[in-house]
Amino acid sequence: MEEFINSGILELYIFGVTTEEENREVQEMAGKHAEVRAEILSIEKAIIDLSYSVSPQLSPEVYHRIRRELIDKHGTEGVVQLQPRRSASSYIGWAAAIVLLGCLGVQYFMYDQEVEKKEAVTKERDKYEQLFASTTKDNEQKEKALRVIRAKNSAIVNLGGQQVSPDSYAKVYMNDADNEVFVDIAGLPEAPEGKEYQVWALTLNPLTPTSIGVLDKNKVADSQGIIQVDNFEGVQAFGITLEPTGGSATPTMEQLYTLGEVKS
Amino acid sequence: MTQEELLAQIYKKDSNAFNTLYNMYSKSLYGVIFNLLKNKEEAEDVLQEVFVKIWKNVDSYNESKGRFFTWILNIARNAAIDRLRSKDHTKNLKNLSVDNFVHILDHNATVVNRIDAIGIREFVKKLKPVCVRIIELLFFKGYTQQEASDELAMPLGTVKTQNRTCIKDLRNILEV
Repeated sequence: MEEFINSGILELYIFGVTTEEENREVQEMAGKHAEVRAEILSIEKAIIDLSYSVSPQLSPEVYHRIRRELIDKHGTEGVVQLQPRRSASSYIGWAAAIVLLGCLGVQYFMYDQEVEKKEAVTKERDKYEQLFASTTKDNEQKEKALRVIRAKNSAIVNLGGQQVSPDSYAKVYMNDADNEVFVDIAGLPEAPEGKEYQVWALTLNPLTPTSIGVLDKNKVADSQGIIQVDNFEGVQAFGITLEPTGGSATPTMEQLYTLGEVKS
Repeated sequence: MTQEELLAQIYKKDSNAFNTLYNMYSKSLYGVIFNLLKNKEEAEDVLQEVFVKIWKNVDSYNESKGRFFTWILNIARNAAIDRLRSKDHTKNLKNLSVDNFVHILDHNATVVNRIDAIGIREFVKKLKPVCVRIIELLFFKGYTQQEASDELAMPLGTVKTQNRTCIKDLRNILEV
């Protein structure tokens, strides 16, 4: 097996320049030996870091462009464009429709009088229902926030203020049992118009930030400042930056508000 | 994040899946593509093409095809090579005088990545010349062993072991 690893085949396997037969051989060996699997992961890591380091700066615009292409356009697939159709039958159809519309108008006027009375009553009822719903929701959010803070196995990560805002602070609650991560941003100033806070999970060596949530203003207002973000396995530190609404692909370091290391 | 965790997330094809994929691999793929095309706008175009392909075809990926990174690396390299051969590219050719990935580092010396991974750049510049050539051909250009052996006038068996030695140097510095 040692000999197999030292032959250099695993490097070529990661580079994607091996034949199918060689691929099968590597996969078979990897299935049998943990050492081979570990070696593969290390080589892959080195190669990803190497290609990362030779990449010129990639502007955030590219991120937004690709994102639009993949996510935002996604919903419109399969929509069939209607072709305009013109024929005698369609004109007759329109004429009939106009006559029918006229009749409906008269009917509707009479009906409307009755409806108006009923509407006034309904409106009043809706108002109370809404009030009740918002109180309930508010209550639920408070309870949820409290539950997060009180949870037995929540680890707390304190994020301290950085240069741009030394007095700011934030807290991250990590609940390993439920794999839930919440961030409390009560200690951050309100995000200005057109900006939102974005939370980053950082792994060190090499320092790699991964966005785990953009703190949408409505979300912030709705949740007493305690917001759930994505869980990120193996996170070593958390950072919060101020970014243009919608978030950025990579953190704007000059706008780093708070930062804190996960104590392991 | 392991490959399995990553794939489970990507299969959902939601905006989180995209963010993860983009954050993990966009820079590496862009590095490979740019190294082949030597033109930023074109490389950005191809990167977009590559992400569309990954997104559309990710369901057809499975472990028997190799590592996920290798799979997307092949998509990126092939897309860049296709572009190289296209007419559009020949028009833009030769606007940069760089021959390999190390020259790219010099060329972009003024552009400091916000997160320059622990100064790999400085190390990469110290790779032995033979390593630069061999990694350039096998990894960045996707040459087969035979093609690399012809190009470097190096015996076939030596290509493989020499490449391993070079990657080992790289790993020693990166501590992986």
